[in-house]
Amino acid sequence: MSSARPMVSGAAATAAPDTAPPSDSKPRRRRARARRGREPLHVALLWLGPALALILGVVVWPVVELVRASLSRYSITGLRRGDAGLENFRQVLANDALDTVLVNTLVWVVAVVALTMLVSLGVAQFLNKDFRGRRLVRWAVIVPWAASLVITARLFTLIYSYYYGVLNALLLKIGLIDTPIDFLGSDAWVMPSMVAVGVFVSIPFTAYVLVAGLNAIPGDVYEAARLDGASPWQAWRLVTLPLLRPAIMVATVLNMIYVFNSFPIIYTLNESNPGFGHDTTITFMYKLAFKSAEKDVGQSAAAGLFNVCIILIAVLAYLRITRWRKES
Amino acid sequence: MSVVTKAPVRPRDATVGWRTLRPYVMPVLGLLVAFAFLWPYLVMLLNAFRPSADVVQTPASILPREWKWTTFAEVLGDERFLAWLRTSVVVALASTAVVVVVAIPAAYFTARVRFPGRVAFLFLVLVTQMFSPTSLVVGIYREFFTLNLVNTYMAIILTNAAFNLAFAIWILHGFFSSIPKEIEEAAELDGCGRLATLLRIMLSLARPGLVTATIFTFIAAWNEYVVALTLMLDDDRKPLTVGINSYVTGYEQNWDQLFGASIVAIVPVVVLFALIEKHLVGGLTSGAVK
Repeated sequence: MSSARPMVSGAAATAAPDTAPPSDSKPRRRRARARRGREPLHVALLWLGPALALILGVVVWPVVELVRASLSRYSITGLRRGDAGLENFRQVLANDALDTVLVNTLVWVVAVVALTMLVSLGVAQFLNKDFRGRRLVRWAVIVPWAASLVITARLFTLIYSYYYGVLNALLLKIGLIDTPIDFLGSDAWVMPSMVAVGVFVSIPFTAYVLVAGLNAIPGDVYEAARLDGASPWQAWRLVTLPLLRPAIMVATVLNMIYVFNSFPIIYTLNESNPGFGHDTTITFMYKLAFKSAEKDVGQSAAAGLFNVCIILIAVLAYLRITRWRKES
Repeated sequence: MSVVTKAPVRPRDATVGWRTLRPYVMPVLGLLVAFAFLWPYLVMLLNAFRPSADVVQTPASILPREWKWTTFAEVLGDERFLAWLRTSVVVALASTAVVVVVAIPAAYFTARVRFPGRVAFLFLVLVTQMFSPTSLVVGIYREFFTLNLVNTYMAIILTNAAFNLAFAIWILHGFFSSIPKEIEEAAELDGCGRLATLLRIMLSLARPGLVTATIFTFIAAWNEYVVALTLMLDDDRKPLTVGINSYVTGYEQNWDQLFGASIVAIVPVVVLFALIEKHLVGGLTSGAVK
């Protein structure tokens, strides 16, 4: 993502290809260079046309539909019944569950992203070491990433189960608890249980981005740090961490987006609980349209627009706070 | 992008003790890390090899009390399962093909050429990355409802392709940008046009990026859930991710088959990932991090 910068600022540098060195005497080559560097709009449309069509047709169109739907009234069967003005937005904002849902979303995103980053730093550091069988360990780490989230979520409903869950069986056996814990049913446990699964499935991708970042750090800076008498901890804090910054930023931003938009884990693990008590804004929106008693398409669309705005603002705020542009 | 990564930090006072212990301690630690990521799937495997009734018996037991070896034969002989599998394969392959064909020219052109609207286009792509089909699912449903494409492969193929396009463009863009311009200029002197340069030279140079983008798209499409859940109404047109949930519902509980089917769904993806594992690190470095 960070590669956007050189391009944005690169517009000023476009004049460079025109000033060909004097030794470059062949006119054909000079023309070719100019041609390669710059093109009019209609040529660009030829190359970008398919991508634009796909984005406009399947990303922008649904956004427009969403805006339209959010301003309309719908019957329970999904037929448009006329304009609603801003009524849908007002209703969503007035929904009793909204406060809970927003808090849940905040807890979910912050907890999952923060824990994922912390654990992944350690995992990445480990995967970057050289040892026998490293290849196999790396393959193992990939598995939760490769498995579909629904499958993993479904699996964890069983692992967490009050009656026949392996986790309760194990905890009882080693004597950590006396009575089974209702991981997916008791209000205190549902969110932590979901967060644990969220972290578990987010680590592999994050660790890989960080391994990539570690790989990009040249070995001689460590040599220099060692010669300057830095302890391993100092070397990590003063050399690794700052140089890893771009990778950490990319991983954090992508995780924020993925985790915020994450649907299957919450939808599946929270299935047995009625109401919106443990929903995030994403599952809240989905239930409004497809599962609630009202099946209210208009309200769900309004909630969907809120979601889009929330993630845009959150990502921009994060980039702002960490001064993405200036330092990386 | 070399496969071998030298351990950059060596403990400063690398004592003799650690040197002799390291070859034994590290693989053991590695085994623990591997186990930490694999244990739920080992539970899954064990549950696929026992009758469903044994899975949901109190108290839970980690090892099957009764083994059952026919689950995979049952699943692979189940016509519903084969229909879901077919959908998943068709949709994932088609989505990937669309993304590759569409992303390559866009990524190459924006990496190499200045034109009016270039910044705007790249910004559009960046914003797309932040939209998920999940938050737009109501809009997506209404669009395909209008187009009369609900319940068709076309609808989920287009959706998968559109929402994975941004990532593919970014990765490829990074790779194309990192290839020295001189190589292209040489090709051009030899009389290659822009398209020929792209197809004959740039694509092979950017192959790690291309592999990464392709596999990522395939996996994302293979694992997609929400859009398929919403758009695919006929049971035999659902992809695996949606379909296998009907093994365990309020009416029937076939946990063994659910997990057997899940394993069939997971294995190809893990194999694909393992194949590109060395590209994965390099691909992410050049495309996203650098």
